[in-house]
Amino acid sequence: MKIIVCVKQVPDTAATMSVDNGVISWGDAPLIINPWDEYAVEAALNLVADQGGDVTALCLGKEGETEAIKHALAMGADTAVMISDPALKGVDNVAASRVLAAAIEKIGGADLVLFGQQSVDTDTGLLPVQVARILGWPSLTLVSKFENVAGDEGKIQVLRTMEEGGQIVDSPLPAVVSVTKDYAEPRYPSFMGIRKASKAEYPVWNLEDLGIAAPTASVSWPEIMEPEQKEIVTEIIPGDTPEEKAHNLVDKLIAEKVL
Amino acid sequence: MVQRMVRDFAVKEVLPGIQERDRAGGMAPFIIPRMAELGILGITIPVRYGGQGMDYISLGLVSEELEAVDTSLRVVISVHNGLSCLTLLQWGTEKQKEEYLVPLAKGEKIGCGAFTEPGAGSDFANIQATARKEGDSYILNGEKMWISLATAADYAVATFRTDPQAEPPYRGLSTFIVDLDSPGITRGDIHGKLGVRAGSTGWINFQDVRIPVGNLLGEEGEGFKTTMSAFDNGRYTVAAGATGLIRASLEASSKYVKERTVGGKPLSEMQLIQEKLALMALDYQAARLLYLQAGWLKNQGIRNTRETSAAKLFATEASFRAASEAVQVHGAYGYSDEYPVERYFRNARGAMIYEGSSEIQSLIQADYALKKRRDKKLRRELPAYDPETWV
Repeated sequence: MKIIVCVKQVPDTAATMSVDNGVISWGDAPLIINPWDEYAVEAALNLVADQGGDVTALCLGKEGETEAIKHALAMGADTAVMISDPALKGVDNVAASRVLAAAIEKIGGADLVLFGQQSVDTDTGLLPVQVARILGWPSLTLVSKFENVAGDEGKIQVLRTMEEGGQIVDSPLPAVVSVTKDYAEPRYPSFMGIRKASKAEYPVWNLEDLGIAAPTASVSWPEIMEPEQKEIVTEIIPGDTPEEKAHNLVDKLIAEKVL
Repeated sequence: MVQRMVRDFAVKEVLPGIQERDRAGGMAPFIIPRMAELGILGITIPVRYGGQGMDYISLGLVSEELEAVDTSLRVVISVHNGLSCLTLLQWGTEKQKEEYLVPLAKGEKIGCGAFTEPGAGSDFANIQATARKEGDSYILNGEKMWISLATAADYAVATFRTDPQAEPPYRGLSTFIVDLDSPGITRGDIHGKLGVRAGSTGWINFQDVRIPVGNLLGEEGEGFKTTMSAFDNGRYTVAAGATGLIRASLEASSKYVKERTVGGKPLSEMQLIQEKLALMALDYQAARLLYLQAGWLKNQGIRNTRETSAAKLFATEASFRAASEAVQVHGAYGYSDEYPVERYFRNARGAMIYEGSSEIQSLIQADYALKKRRDKKLRRELPAYDPETWV
């Protein structure tokens, strides 16, 4: 079974974000693979271990920002493709999904395209659905389990985990799947994998290679500003006994018109 | 990526619960098997000997990351990878490497280094444990003490006196690979240590332990040299680890001083506090450059006794300073185990004693400076890192 995993490079989740002159900055914090994408890579590797086939990591980003791709390769992905073009600076979701769909077609399609459920920087979770729509494939979002996978028969059954509960969905292949954190803890890259990834060569495609024009973004960013910092005051409610503390707390909440 | 991978392991899997394990004493049983599974126990050994084929600098980076979480993790690296695997890689015959290095590098077996004795540490030339040749065996007798992983290890690289009459005495020593399950060996853990309580330190007693002559590592009488080679590698991991402890002290302090206020101002605004952080940051950079220099020399196959000793001396002293200042910065909270810095402080202390005390390292530095000491070519040098043949 042929699987493409879309991975994204994002600032480290521990980074402190700020806005400097209208530009978002994360200081000198390193860029990492979007942590949600690690679950998608883990799922892809397990599916291939079970069904045979290969995993391609696909990344849209600035040339030279190789951390996400290298991480996926170090975890065990077989090959990778990077898409990079100056015209793609600041693209929105719709534009990014068109580019990714074009790249998936240029790779020659796949049985499954996997995404993490969202990215930690923009947090929309829209790309899997948009890419599925453009490709005309079923979109299976928030998948936590692959129940019955029959790559050779072109069928798959997955468990979607939603707030309301689980939903078991049968789908034909090819399909686009977004994988949640409930799937399984992603493996660490192995030392062998890290070495392999550090030497790996992979194509970098621009828009011309993909044969598409620069997609126009529907969303623009006229101004970026930092949200106002909220003053948070911590108060410890006094009282000699738990009952007295509870009474004092209730009085306070009533006085503050919370209750 | 090596650093991130090891950091993820240490932070996600070991850090939760480290305080409880440090209080209770002893190593959690899952840790060493997990390190083996991740390849950490064979990181700087060629793939053909069961290792991961990474370079010596990676070994340093791994040591730094592990000790930034807890010293007990880095101690495993020092004795298993440093004292035992790399000594076998340097001095072992092909047969010994096949038989012992391969399972060690794969992490199927655990190794330690048994050199120190109750009456001889810094005075290593005067160790008393003996190995007597008898037919095709050596008979081992004596006691080794302060041995990390004494009760967890399967094999020990251990040095004994084979010639009691040798003059000077260091010429009468020989090093062996010992299967610690051999009859006549008893071992136990030492309790009541100041630091590294979440680790294992113990003693090994040898009573008429018979091992095959084929387990002699190097030649008879070469034991002082093999042991010093072992320390060149063990000390390297201690230096890199201590660097991680400086970083941990700095990070904990930087976080705390931004949160804690005095007179309505955060501690981070106080210049006397800033000076402490500045010195920690400086020590971190200096310690890191010193161990990277030693690692770079190892990669080239250049002798690095002087540079490794300097890195070990500087980093361990600096890590104790940093941990002590971290406690100071945290005030009374730093004195309690509510914050990790008191653990850093206790853990930092041992490294100024083990694998050559600060005084011994100072003497080594002075001897080089005074040109009293020159490195002579060893019969077997630590192999340079070769990306072609190691993978």
